[in-house]
Amino acid sequence: MSGWWWPLRGYSARVDPASSAAALAGRTRLTRLNRVDRVASRALRWLALLGALIVSLGLLAIVYQVITGASLALHRFGPGFVGRQQWSPATNQFGALTLLYGTLVTSVFGVAIAAVLGVAIGLFLSLMAPRRVAAVVGPLVEMLAAIPSVVLGLVGIYLIAPFALHNIEAPLHRAFGFIPLFGPPGTVGNSDFTASLVLVIMVVPIIAALTRDIFLTVPRELRDGAEALGATRWEMIRGVVLSTTPSGVVVACILGFGRAIGEAIAVTQVIGNITQVSANLFARGDTLASLIANQFLTPVSALHTASMFYLGMVLFTLELSTILLARYVSRNFGRRQWA
Amino acid sequence: MTPSGTPPEAARSPTQAGPATTPSPRLRLSSGAASYPVSQASDRPWRPAADVVFCAEEVGVSYGAKRAVRNITLDIHRNEATAFIGPSGCGKTTVLRCLNRMNDSIPGFGLYGSLRYHGHDLYAPGVNRVEVRRRIGMVFQKPNPFPKSIFDNVAWAPRNLGMKADLDERVERALRAAALWDEVKDRLKASALGLSGGQQQRLCIARAIAIEPDVLLLDEPASALDPIATASIEELVHDLKTRYTIVIVTHNMQQAMRVADRTAFFSLDRDQIGTLIEYDRTERIFSQPADQRTRDYITGRFG
Repeated sequence: MSGWWWPLRGYSARVDPASSAAALAGRTRLTRLNRVDRVASRALRWLALLGALIVSLGLLAIVYQVITGASLALHRFGPGFVGRQQWSPATNQFGALTLLYGTLVTSVFGVAIAAVLGVAIGLFLSLMAPRRVAAVVGPLVEMLAAIPSVVLGLVGIYLIAPFALHNIEAPLHRAFGFIPLFGPPGTVGNSDFTASLVLVIMVVPIIAALTRDIFLTVPRELRDGAEALGATRWEMIRGVVLSTTPSGVVVACILGFGRAIGEAIAVTQVIGNITQVSANLFARGDTLASLIANQFLTPVSALHTASMFYLGMVLFTLELSTILLARYVSRNFGRRQWA
Repeated sequence: MTPSGTPPEAARSPTQAGPATTPSPRLRLSSGAASYPVSQASDRPWRPAADVVFCAEEVGVSYGAKRAVRNITLDIHRNEATAFIGPSGCGKTTVLRCLNRMNDSIPGFGLYGSLRYHGHDLYAPGVNRVEVRRRIGMVFQKPNPFPKSIFDNVAWAPRNLGMKADLDERVERALRAAALWDEVKDRLKASALGLSGGQQQRLCIARAIAIEPDVLLLDEPASALDPIATASIEELVHDLKTRYTIVIVTHNMQQAMRVADRTAFFSLDRDQIGTLIEYDRTERIFSQPADQRTRDYITGRFG
């Protein structure tokens, strides 16, 4: 009777309290179990501690590495690096402003579009789609997140860029050219705008999956209560679903934003890689991550490399504050408002 | 309490329910959530009785291939409280939720037979569920106030329906009618979730009557409440039935005796499918029931 479950035998052994011998036998068995239990529990505790230590040390090591890597640029430019506009390896002049601007513009724009799409998909999957449709569409949306970004970049170059150029950028420029945002488009479609569109594809699955899960937590009784009052579906969604989950939606968007600012490869493939600040969404640009991906293998000077590490620091700080913001929002505004 | 001119057939009691009748030729099962078996007009002519609000004929419900309820034939009368009693799982709530189409969103739901509301087929194609629910309000077993202020809970539905004139008076009227006004008038802006369970349930009733429905469906409204809160809800039902038609599902037979003019006793038939056993005036159901199963249930000899 010593199967795979032998460690559990101590619990299942019937102890007859009337018989002291049986009670003794029961106790010895329990003792043996306790020994196994103790060892396993101690091993588990060490394993968990080790894991936590590795993660924390790894993070510290990365921070240290990035700071040492950037030390040259830190000494040369100081904190003013963030505010310097020029990025010119030829003249050894470096600054993060252009790239920070490019990162924020593409990400904010991309997340703005992705938020609308993602929340709509989340609503559809959680509340509107028949169960069978949701069972097919849900995994499809999640698979969107599984596309390697380099592949998405290729799609961006060959499909999205020309499409955006001819069907979105050019018409928008013709119609609203007086707004600086919609300036003259380039010739091949490499632009901040195209990068935003690629980011949309990356961020939509994140926002859709997160908001779907959040909307599913709205109690059925609340939705039924709204519908029993003669509310239309939209009134129900607005009054009971969206109004009880605003913090969750915001957190989903912040996390999507975090994904967007860190994306390097796909953006570098479509953004045009030119370091200039331009209000024109349709002009070429560059982002922090994209520039590092693009130039890191071909530095022209030690300062160039150090400056890229510095960019990495800026990006890291940005990313960190995004995550902290998401945590702050979900902790302070994300209390379950229904008891 | 009913008008004396009630036609005799209005109070018919299908005491013979139970044997597995052959499915009617009208029966159609639906698989999708969006399509319903269209209940055809009955072969019997519709006799409009002025005080009949709901007229169910041979109504049955299935979820996918599973039959939940069958052979429900009853009339529900205006300005009366009608109680549905019976053991758990016998389809009382299912039938109640059919009356304002709350079952529509359940996958596989299908209804057959004919269910008329003031002579209109509730499940006819083209019937707008939103409109149905606007006229036929519902209060659920568990109080489900919205996580909004007390005022906004009551004002929410009127706002949706564009009843924005005199919203303050409308909210006050509804809260007064639900016997809650005196308790909350000083904290209308406070969250509804801070109210006690009984207050929350009365708020849900206020919320439902704020849009002046024709019918109020109450699904075991007091089962989650303590005896004092229960008594206040029962008192409320008494007051409300002068203005609304009330259908109340309850596990509590004393409650049915106290509040209902008519009582429908549901139970499982020999195939374990929920069905209507007996429907009659409440005092008759509890004093001289026609069916042995009803007698067993009300005397506590059930099961």
